[in-house]
Amino acid sequence: MFISMFGAVESGIIYAIMALGVYLSFRILDFPDLTVDGSFVTGGAVAAISIINGTDPVTATILGTIAGFVAGSITGVLHTKGKINPLLSGIIMMIALYSINLRIMGRPNLSLLNESTLFTQVEGFWKGTGFDQALNGMLKTLGSAQVPSTWAILIFMIFVSIFIKLLTDYFLKTEVGLAIRATGDNQKMIRSLSANTDTLIILGLGVSNAFVALSGALVAQYGGFADVGLGIGMIITGLASVIIGEALFGKRTIAITTIAVIGGAIIYRIVVTLALRVEFLETGDMKLITALLVVAALITPKIIKSHKEKKRRQQKRKELNSTVAEGG
Amino acid sequence: MLDLRDISITFNENTPDEKKALQQVNLTMEKGEFVTVIGSNGAGKSTLMNVISGTLIPDVGFVHVGEKNVTSLPEYKRSKYIGRVFQDPMAGTAPTMTIEENLAMAYARDKKRKLRIGVTKKRKELFQDYLKTLNLGLEDRLSAKVGLLSGGERQALSLLMATFTEPNILLLDEHTAALDPSRAELIKNLTKDVVDKFDLTTIMVTHNMQQALDLGNRLIMMDKGQIILDVKGEEKQKLTIEKLLHEFQRIRGQQFENDRAILG
Repeated sequence: MFISMFGAVESGIIYAIMALGVYLSFRILDFPDLTVDGSFVTGGAVAAISIINGTDPVTATILGTIAGFVAGSITGVLHTKGKINPLLSGIIMMIALYSINLRIMGRPNLSLLNESTLFTQVEGFWKGTGFDQALNGMLKTLGSAQVPSTWAILIFMIFVSIFIKLLTDYFLKTEVGLAIRATGDNQKMIRSLSANTDTLIILGLGVSNAFVALSGALVAQYGGFADVGLGIGMIITGLASVIIGEALFGKRTIAITTIAVIGGAIIYRIVVTLALRVEFLETGDMKLITALLVVAALITPKIIKSHKEKKRRQQKRKELNSTVAEGG
Repeated sequence: MLDLRDISITFNENTPDEKKALQQVNLTMEKGEFVTVIGSNGAGKSTLMNVISGTLIPDVGFVHVGEKNVTSLPEYKRSKYIGRVFQDPMAGTAPTMTIEENLAMAYARDKKRKLRIGVTKKRKELFQDYLKTLNLGLEDRLSAKVGLLSGGERQALSLLMATFTEPNILLLDEHTAALDPSRAELIKNLTKDVVDKFDLTTIMVTHNMQQALDLGNRLIMMDKGQIILDVKGEEKQKLTIEKLLHEFQRIRGQQFENDRAILG
């Protein structure tokens, strides 16, 4: 149990970077970008093929990220210059990327099992520090029978995710970032303030898909393989993380929302992991679980709100009645 | 400062819905001139504004701002020189962003947007000074989301955002029409103050004749895509609503059909 939860948090934090990308397109730009399903794999494919061809993992990961940026930018160009509907631009790009990803990899599946990846390197460095023994010792004194094989990935990914979160927070506060937010909020207004909304949408989608591809590159190295089908339904996973995060942790400011999205991604993984432990559910049911989760996360806050509102009104009426009764 | 030459624009050409929105319109404005534009619905007032702002490109004719020919310059490039306030109080601000963030975006209008923080401490102080001139207490609510402000407050903020970078031209498109009378009066007075303060070259479209007479130092009346009356200076100061209606009847030989204009 503990080990599978540990794994859920670990992968949740890797997928959190993808969720931040989805947050940028869906929430900040108000652009339902389905490129994600393709660009996630593109990131993994580029990183995997680079690693297999002898590129060092850090460079390979960066190459994957750049590939995602390019893919997102093209979606942006399709929408702004080609005047294609946002959803359709994303779908077109997603389909195109499926073939492109196959071309990049050369075949549907690439194994990284015996390659040196970002995570094998981090683990190698980590082993020398002796933190594992200390942390596991702590766990054992807390009474846990099982201990994870390494803390390296978790700790490393916390740093990476927080770095990406802070980078996003900063970016959205810059002059360019403010203009991107305004583009998602009120295009007419920001155009009247001399901002080129086309460029901003292209840039925004580029950055969004760069995050998604970075996450894809990390997931490929974490799982030890890149697969052309890895991205199916990724957009819903991302959306689920964003919605769950916002519902649970709030969205008062950008800084709160970005940390909420990371939290949402982790909780999403935990829920899915728990659900898959239910006897009659299989791995193949994961997408269905995700879909139901999204529906629940979208509907529940509204039900709670209307229930609260109803109660409040009842309370008000009661108060009024009692004062009338007293007065009479 | 602004020079429109032989501007013509036709919508839905060669269809039954063909409409000659502007017909060979000429307008020259000096620096600091404040023109109020009146006319019935469909007279071409909004089209004129859109041609100046770059939302519409004229079929023929030229638009010059200062020495620059901006006729085919896209809207976003032109808005470096042109400040605008829209009729809809929701249109001029970004609701999910804070007052200071909205001001920071307006502040960047005539500069290149870079990867540096938009709301700095120094700029905050500057924004506060500007907001104080509105007398609405907004200077104490810098980090409030603009969506929480009332229509009047949002329009006042829009006006400030359109003007404080001192654009070459200020376009006001019925910017008090959607407000209640007292808020409209407030925005009218703010407009007067801010135009005087920065000596802005201003064009204001209005349906309210009294407002068109109260504000500005030049008045033009439009009808059927043409400027049919152009009154400046002292002559304008002496105008009254009756005289305007009389002028219109004399030129067009027909009753001023727009009730809103008369009631205004």
